[in-house]
Amino acid sequence: MINLNFIYSELFLAISIMSLLIIGVFKKNSSILIYNLSIISLLVCLALIFNFPISENVELFNKSYKIDYLSSFMKILTISSGIFVLLSSNKYIQITNISKIEYPILVLSSILGMMVMISSNDLILFYIGLELQSLALYVLASFNRDNLLSSESGLKYFVLSALSSGILLYGCSLIYGFSGSTNFFTIADNLTANSHGLTFGIVFILVGLSFKISAVPFHMWAPDVYEGSPTSVTVFFAILPKIAALTVFIRFLYIPFFNLIDQWQMIIVFLSISSMLFGAIAAIGQKNLKRLLAYSSIGHMGYALAGLATGTNQGIQSSIAYISIYLFMNLAFFSCLFMLRRDEKYFDNIKDLSGLSKNHPLLSFSLLIVLFSLAGIPPLAGFFAKFYIFTAVIAESMYFLAIVGLLSTVIAAFYYLRLIKIIYFDNEKDKYETSHNIGLKLSLLFSTIFILFYFIYPGWLTEIIEKINII
Amino acid sequence: MFEIGLGHYLMLGTIIFAIGIIGIFLNRKNIIVILMSIELILLAVNINLVSFSIYLNDLTGQIFALFILTVAAAEAAIGLAIIVIHYRNSGTIRVHEINKLKG
Repeated sequence: MINLNFIYSELFLAISIMSLLIIGVFKKNSSILIYNLSIISLLVCLALIFNFPISENVELFNKSYKIDYLSSFMKILTISSGIFVLLSSNKYIQITNISKIEYPILVLSSILGMMVMISSNDLILFYIGLELQSLALYVLASFNRDNLLSSESGLKYFVLSALSSGILLYGCSLIYGFSGSTNFFTIADNLTANSHGLTFGIVFILVGLSFKISAVPFHMWAPDVYEGSPTSVTVFFAILPKIAALTVFIRFLYIPFFNLIDQWQMIIVFLSISSMLFGAIAAIGQKNLKRLLAYSSIGHMGYALAGLATGTNQGIQSSIAYISIYLFMNLAFFSCLFMLRRDEKYFDNIKDLSGLSKNHPLLSFSLLIVLFSLAGIPPLAGFFAKFYIFTAVIAESMYFLAIVGLLSTVIAAFYYLRLIKIIYFDNEKDKYETSHNIGLKLSLLFSTIFILFYFIYPGWLTEIIEKINII
Repeated sequence: MFEIGLGHYLMLGTIIFAIGIIGIFLNRKNIIVILMSIELILLAVNINLVSFSIYLNDLTGQIFALFILTVAAAEAAIGLAIIVIHYRNSGTIRVHEINKLKG
């Protein structure tokens, strides 16, 4: 008998998605009720994960589903950022008229897909989780269906993401054929370096996965999709799929493909270097804040990949610490973006920030903290994230990677500092509205305090992450 | 007469996969053609999986192919729905006119 205790959270989420759909069908005008209920069901999900000791290491369903420290930690990150995303975008979706019952349900189903992806230990299960996540995200990107930009971004995301799924699947079929199994452990046992079919399979899978975390040269969808989709969806795109895809990256590289580290290490180093440089350089000329954040997140993914390229436990841990801090920085930035509202209209261009500090000193101060942290200036959290990565990279004597990373940090600091100059020293504009809902204030306050006071006791995060030992 | 073996099926899969990829990148006219190319890619994967499954004498590949068929149907449905709302907003589904977002 399979022990279902360990997947209670997934089961609960699946059941609550179906029951919320039924409530939405039979109860008129229930969009706000369903929105609140879905936040509550995510909270229950979080509690169900904490209900069992998360240090447990078990494999369920014929070793195809793995519950270990990594998966529990990443699920907690995913669900809690999902809660904050829903809390902070509550007002936005009502004002932009996309408050329909399907919206929170699609968010929940993509989170369910991510949880399956994070725990998967089998190619089939991984594919199902990936598609559940992507299919919900296609619809979310084009959710503002009367808006041309939103539908266009949905279309672009659909075409490119379906293409990347196809490439990834082709890689899966080659891996299956040449190793004789879809289970990660069996693949790891049967993997040998002298089979070209397997090498091709690994390359195809890496291409498909780097599409999902938007690493250069497979980044072309990210800026368009970030700019076109509604901001509440952009914040979702910027945080959650990256966490899930990074976990899958770790699992693929360090369980089935670990014997072939010589073959994939250079690919990851190349992806990392090109993402860091491209993210820093291409963001300079941008005029739209969401587009700028897309390039910035491409650069940040480059740093997370640099940690994975090392092939050590310390490298993996530094990547996980990086993605956890990145999550808080993006949450804080987008919460600030949700506050730029005037006459029932949201603003997302850089020139709308001009002179913000005169009218909104507190909002400008938190933007200042977030931007300094994104640029990696001590003593904010973003500095520690980059510090962990560079320590792990230098410990493996990969000096070239570390030097390119440092150089691109310097280039990237230019556009973050330019935003601060615009906020503090340019001519002021009309006031924005100051009444915001409690969820938005809470998520901005929480994430800003995390970024600002992380340096007091950095140990609490690293102590948790140091228990993740994959190799 | 020569035998048709695993290599021939893999070659067929590779050719169909390549046609699908080229179809997406060379296509200058209609977005429906892109949708068909995506279906071709998934079809190539299915051919690969089923032939591997027969060759390895292992059922997993055929189960995988069934899952892919199901997901491909859902994907095509969502893709067509997105194309319809885009057509309502912009009045065109020609590929080179989908260019409002750039920079």
